[in-house]
Amino acid sequence: MIEHAITPNLVFDVAHMFAGALVLISFLMLYQDRLYALLNVFALQAVALALAVAWQAYAQDAPHLYVTAGIALVFKALVIPVSLHRMVARLGIHRQVETAVSIGPTMLAGIALVALSMVVMLKATPAAEALAREDLAFALSVVLLGLLMMVTRRNAVSQVVGFMSLENGLILAATGAKGMPLVVEISVAFSVLIAFIVIGIFLFRIRERFDTVDVDALDRFRGGRA
Amino acid sequence: MPDAAFVAQLPVSGQLFIALAAVVALLALAGLGVATARRPLGRPLVYGGALVVTLVAGLSALTAIAAPAAGLVLPLGIPWIGAHLRLDALSAVFLAVINLGGAAASLYGLGYGRHDHAPERVLPFFPAFLAGMNMVLLADDAYSFLLSWEFMSLASWALVVAHDKEAGNVRAGLVYILMASFGTLALMLAFGLLAAGSGGGYAFDAMREAPPVGAFAALVLALAMLGAGSKAGLVPLHVWLPLAHPAAPSHVSALMSGVMTKVAVYGFIRIVFDLSGPPDWWWGIPVLAAGGVAAVIGVLQALLQGDTKRVLAYSTIENIGLIFVGLGLALAFSANGFPAAAALALTAALFHVLNHAAMKSLLFFGAGAVLTATGTRQMDELGGLIHRMPTTSVVMLIGCAAISALPPLNGFASEWLVFQAVLLSPELPAWGLKLMVPAVGALMALAAALAAACFVRLYGIAFLGRPRSPKAAEAREVDGFSRAAMIALAAVCVGAGLLPGFVIDALQPAVGGLVGQTMPAQGSVAWLSIIPVAESRSSYNGLLVFAFTALSALLAAFAIHRFASGAVRRAPPWDCGFPNASPLAQYSAASFAQPIRRVFARGLFAAREKVEMPPPGALTPARFSASARDPAWAFLFLPLTAAVDYVAERANTLQYLTIRQYLGLVFSALVLLLLVLALWT
Amino acid sequence: MAQILVQGTQMLLVLALAPLLTGLVRQAKARLQRRRGASVFQPYRDLARLLRKEVVLAENASWLFRVVPYLVFAATWVAAALVPTFATGLIFSWSADLIAITALIGSARFFLALAGMDVGTSFGGLGSSREVMISSLAEPAMIMIVFSLALVAHSTQLSTIASVMLAGVGLRVSLALALVALLMVAVAENGRIPVDNPSTHLELTMVHEAMVLEYSGRHLALIELAAQLKLLLFLSLVACVFVPWGLAPVGAGVPGMALGLVSYGGKLAVGALLVAVFETSIAKMRVFRVPDFLGAALMLGLLGTLLLFVSGIL
Repeated sequence: MIEHAITPNLVFDVAHMFAGALVLISFLMLYQDRLYALLNVFALQAVALALAVAWQAYAQDAPHLYVTAGIALVFKALVIPVSLHRMVARLGIHRQVETAVSIGPTMLAGIALVALSMVVMLKATPAAEALAREDLAFALSVVLLGLLMMVTRRNAVSQVVGFMSLENGLILAATGAKGMPLVVEISVAFSVLIAFIVIGIFLFRIRERFDTVDVDALDRFRGGRA
Repeated sequence: MPDAAFVAQLPVSGQLFIALAAVVALLALAGLGVATARRPLGRPLVYGGALVVTLVAGLSALTAIAAPAAGLVLPLGIPWIGAHLRLDALSAVFLAVINLGGAAASLYGLGYGRHDHAPERVLPFFPAFLAGMNMVLLADDAYSFLLSWEFMSLASWALVVAHDKEAGNVRAGLVYILMASFGTLALMLAFGLLAAGSGGGYAFDAMREAPPVGAFAALVLALAMLGAGSKAGLVPLHVWLPLAHPAAPSHVSALMSGVMTKVAVYGFIRIVFDLSGPPDWWWGIPVLAAGGVAAVIGVLQALLQGDTKRVLAYSTIENIGLIFVGLGLALAFSANGFPAAAALALTAALFHVLNHAAMKSLLFFGAGAVLTATGTRQMDELGGLIHRMPTTSVVMLIGCAAISALPPLNGFASEWLVFQAVLLSPELPAWGLKLMVPAVGALMALAAALAAACFVRLYGIAFLGRPRSPKAAEAREVDGFSRAAMIALAAVCVGAGLLPGFVIDALQPAVGGLVGQTMPAQGSVAWLSIIPVAESRSSYNGLLVFAFTALSALLAAFAIHRFASGAVRRAPPWDCGFPNASPLAQYSAASFAQPIRRVFARGLFAAREKVEMPPPGALTPARFSASARDPAWAFLFLPLTAAVDYVAERANTLQYLTIRQYLGLVFSALVLLLLVLALWT
Repeated sequence: MAQILVQGTQMLLVLALAPLLTGLVRQAKARLQRRRGASVFQPYRDLARLLRKEVVLAENASWLFRVVPYLVFAATWVAAALVPTFATGLIFSWSADLIAITALIGSARFFLALAGMDVGTSFGGLGSSREVMISSLAEPAMIMIVFSLALVAHSTQLSTIASVMLAGVGLRVSLALALVALLMVAVAENGRIPVDNPSTHLELTMVHEAMVLEYSGRHLALIELAAQLKLLLFLSLVACVFVPWGLAPVGAGVPGMALGLVSYGGKLAVGALLVAVFETSIAKMRVFRVPDFLGAALMLGLLGTLLLFVSGIL
């Protein structure tokens, strides 16, 4: 790792920067209230993730991570956003503003979550290198922000995006921690893809049934609640 | 038994003697006020006397800041304890603030009091109130402290209900007296705990010898925050403040808002920094939180008010929050071993105490002048006063700019110091503080920006634009005494802003006595800059900023008038083709606040807007109403009063028992107590 | 003496360059919109024309209304002159740090908002009330950005911050957050698209232009110049903190200063182009979307500060 031409300090700095960029883009996603914009930002996050993973592949001399980066780039930055775009267009919901909690409080909660994950990670891993610890903290932040996104959005499409973003955080954590096996990575990627397809199908089914993809609408058809 | 070991062997100093004489003189003036209230001579005698006494006492207190502490035991009060008095650097700082504020209020009162229709309800209590505040600052044992504190509360309560015929004043008095009693109760318990550590010694020296430890110390901190905080106006104990401060006559409002809240700050500092021993690492956290929340809630509420004096009262809550942020930082630094940073934070807090006393008194005087000139406190009935009241409008502008923390005035200087203290805090080791301090810094910055919005609104609606009522259109400038008092305070605001170094240096004896270190001396820095830590780190020079700005403005004005054009033509303003719009169509207080109300006040304050639009052809007018609530009432006090009502309702049945049942109650109480006794030992 | 000369040069430089910068932005925007556009020197001509004209003062205007343009101009000019443009460590740079510069801009806005209410028309009130709403979020965001910078450089002095940045601090996440937040605040402070539109007087969503609607002649010239100075100030700020390369260090000779001047000019030109591209590619947002936008800036600034507080090395 040290034999690279670039100093290890810069290697860490750049990796760190990418991790920070992922967090920043997560916030950008929380800020969006239009679906198209949200999908574009999600694609941007996937690009940032691909770059981060590729950088890790370079830094750790781990070629299989390039594959991970490629998967992220192809599926998450291109295939999924494009097909979600189409789906949104076909559903005709591209102008809907779908925040259940308004943006200000959501961002505040996001800040609190980042602070929380910093504290948790820095406390839990006192032995590790400082930057690696913060990388982990950033990854956890991305996961938590993805969850927050799923909680604060009504629309099923934004919930899917939140879920994918959450998964980005997982990949970031895994690659930062000196690599996870390629097999695991590919299987994760496929499971996400399948989840995506399933959700996609469901979206249309929900729409056919209830004329909306607002998940609150489903609650009204659930038994046992007034 | 007199605890001889604990009685301080401090020398009596001239300044202590003067302070004591001032208290006696003020009490005498109160007596004089009773005697002469209805005579024409009463007002000049009482206010003039108070002016002289407070001026002398304030100046003498200024010289006492750097002097060694002085003490005295008078054979008054509880027989074998006596009344301990003490004048050290901290009490000298606050004595100076209070007496100089009192002097300004007396000067103002000389003119303002002329319009008072019930002078007999004000004249006796005004000097008594001043005397009470002075006594609190001199007290050096718990008994004298609480007695003076209660005396101060009662005197100010009498002033709050002085105009009892005006709507809402009686309720304000009731809420005030309840909260004041609650605060005194909390302080009493705090002193009880402090005295418990020293084996029942009520003198402060005895408490210092044996400070409380562990949970007791934490309890003392909590009680001090409740007791002093309720007097100072910390959220959520602030509810009495915006009711009571505006209800009093304006010079008394200035005293209550600008000065009495500082006595409360003094009480907090005395108990927490001086008597409770070394602070725990976390003590800063609740203080910081309370300060940050009070700052933002206070200023947001101020933005929602339509009554000039109520705006000022809520703004007091904001400034008290700022002071407590400074105190919280000082506590955090001092507990975690950064005495130099603690000195900076404490200096910032004390500086803001002084600044706020000057600014807020000035603003209340201005509001009083407007009240005298127009007979109304409602912003929506004012407007255009800048044309009718030239002096008042200039000094009010200075006050508004100062409290909005604009350079080069004094409000900015103290706020700048607080920010510098915040920037030193990443060194703090504890996680809670690391997360707390930046959040509080953000709250402070938010409060400062909202304060600027609030005072643009106050000044813009009341003084600028066109008059919204005949009363405002016929306003006349107020008398010379009032103007002199306002000009003096405006001069203090400008002076302390241009030369903050001297103020900082003057505060250092008090700071050093509390946190064990002082800030570096500022008076000798080149160009009279202030450099709180190191020159490479930060510096600020109010004088130069002012000089540069003034020079640039004059240069621009000169160049333009010399080389370009100086021609002016008066014309009607742009009216969009609808000439002679009514002055009522101007932006009003509520409409100016609308964007901020929508952005910040929807949730917590439940700000709502209601439009009643009659159907076409109907003769009823369209109405718009905006409403908001104080969260402290909604979430704390209304449920509390409901609970009290409920309990009272239930307890009411106790009034209608038979004799046998009463006897049974007494008997069972006795048995219960005996049981407790049996099980306890 | 030489130092005073350099300081004087800086003061005159910002004054001289400010209209050019605005002209450049307008020209670049025009080109991007396939228009020919006015010359880049048009703002100078506008100012000269306005200065020569008489002032048409509203009947109800008070002395404050007439004093405010000079105050606003002076405060903005002083603030702009305190930001290092081509050299750090100017002789008076210590008289106000970044917090004071922020507050100076705040003072200018305070008085301009008051002037908006002086005449007593609805336009002025509307502009003022919206301006203070925007500033109530932009100012704390700016303070948070200052905190982030100050915590990295251990100083709130802009000269020191610039030299620390010049010496290299590596890539830092908190600084990246601060940069994004600073750009957002700069857009809002200067009333640029998407927060406000500087080139319209007709839209009801306007803010700054509504506030200064009653101004004319030399007063308007000063206010326009102040607005141009403010744009220059924010571009200089971004340049000296985030791209400090080329800044002449303390005690640099004439070659160093010359290099500083050339690089400063280059940075401004690039900045103007970027502003034009950004403004062309985005639509103005609704007024009540602005708080979200600035709230996001505030949150980013807070996040950057928080990261610095928590870890100390980011």
